Amino acid sequence: MADPIAPRRVPHLVPRPVQDYARLAWTWTRTAFQYPAGLALMTTGVVLSVVAEFGAVLVVFWRAGELAGFSMAEGMVVYGLAAAAFGTADLLMGNVERLGERIRSGELDTMLVRPVSPLVQMATDDFSPRRLGKILPALGILAAGLWWAAPEWTAGKALVFAVLMVSGVVICASVWLVGACLQFFVADAREAANSVTYGGQALTEYPLAVYGQGIVRAVTFTVPLAFVSWQPVLYVLDRPDPTGLPDALRFAGPAVAVLAAAVAALAWRTGLRHYRSTGS
Amino acid sequence: MTTEEHTARAMVEAVGIGRDFTVAEGRFPRRVKRVVPAVRSIDLTVRPGEIVACLGPNGAGKSSTMKMLTGILSPTRGSLRVAGLEPSRRRTTLARRIGVVFGQRTGLWWDLPLRDSLELTRHLYRVPAAEHAHRYAELTELLELGPFLSTPVRQLSLGQRMRGDLTAALLHNPRLLVLDEPTIGLDVVSKATIRSFLARLNREEGTTILLTTHDLGDVERLCERVVVIDRGSVAFDGGLDGLRARDPGSDIETVVAGLYRDGAARP
Repeated sequence: MADPIAPRRVPHLVPRPVQDYARLAWTWTRTAFQYPAGLALMTTGVVLSVVAEFGAVLVVFWRAGELAGFSMAEGMVVYGLAAAAFGTADLLMGNVERLGERIRSGELDTMLVRPVSPLVQMATDDFSPRRLGKILPALGILAAGLWWAAPEWTAGKALVFAVLMVSGVVICASVWLVGACLQFFVADAREAANSVTYGGQALTEYPLAVYGQGIVRAVTFTVPLAFVSWQPVLYVLDRPDPTGLPDALRFAGPAVAVLAAAVAALAWRTGLRHYRSTGS
Repeated sequence: MTTEEHTARAMVEAVGIGRDFTVAEGRFPRRVKRVVPAVRSIDLTVRPGEIVACLGPNGAGKSSTMKMLTGILSPTRGSLRVAGLEPSRRRTTLARRIGVVFGQRTGLWWDLPLRDSLELTRHLYRVPAAEHAHRYAELTELLELGPFLSTPVRQLSLGQRMRGDLTAALLHNPRLLVLDEPTIGLDVVSKATIRSFLARLNREEGTTILLTTHDLGDVERLCERVVVIDRGSVAFDGGLDGLRARDPGSDIETVVAGLYRDGAARP
């Protein structure tokens, strides 16, 4: 179609939203590095919070010896997986929780008149490498836990485990986005949503079996956080499910991730359609 | 009919567009929902190359109309085409064809130096490097951005920020520029700079400009055509001369104020 006022199409292999995401994230990263002292301080803060959190987990295991049949090494795997998935989702999507603020300040309007998905703009706004301060220590704890627990590895197992980890990140990010979308409808939904996002993370830091059947079922079938750390750990350690759910569930991670992402996308679209801007 | 023919005919074509909001009133047990029409029905056609000013008292529906034109809000009724597209359905494509500036907020990135903000804008709009270099140099010179290009946007004065915002909105060379209160809060000198820049842009590049304002100076300096919106409908649409002719004895402010009052008296 001859269209005189549309700019020329630049051929590209990478999808546009991904290009835009990388461009925006890189710009913010550079900005963060312009204040190295601030960045160092905030990263230290993040690292310390991981240390404190993990310290609490260690103390519990140390006093109890084991939890629901899980040793300290296995507990480290659970914690490392949960924190790494949560941290990565936070890095990639965490800023969407400020949706309510952006609606009130009218910033969402300015995002809507740019030719870039507002979701990409919101997720990358104030993108900061300080969040690596959570991901890297968490991966370290995961690696140490796996080394200590010493499950039997095969190439296939490593691959499946990697897929399950990625699924965990997608699930975390989706839960986060759905929570943020509530702010389209209720101005102060952020706190309510945080009980699921941050609260959910705290939940997944321990072997789920300690919480009893009701909660395990809730986080398996409603807010599917069980697939972030619990089910992948059962897989990698070759354990039967102590709560009596079918063992095949551990392979459901990728399907659950796709489903969660679809629900999140739907929530976002519905929210955006419902959006009515602010006065002036 | 192709998109091309359509845009050649009208840059903006609104027929009977309106927008309702549902508001809940009263305390919890007795909450009632009420439908409030922010915009009742607006007909507006803007041809390529025109400068049109939208006037109207606060809450008349000017901003809601601009939000419908830019695709932020979807109209409850009526049919709307901007640059050949239906805004709310084709928002992202439309964004590449038009430039938008909200005077009350910035489209730049608060913490980035102006230069980086503009560079980022170029990438997001996919402006080819050579084209960008030319346009960037031209706009930087015309709007005298040089002295504060490395200043973070949050430290700019309102006048500087507005010039930066205009540049960002024009880097991709849009055929239609939508400005919501572009001179709000600016001093006389800044206002004059912006007005003469807009006039030049329209004269030399034929850019269509649609702006809302409370400042009649903007209107007298820039626009041949004025649309007065009151209570969500068009109360006047015509030339500045026509507006003056409504009440030959008095100045333009009095005429406009009279139009607002007429609106208030309507049922």
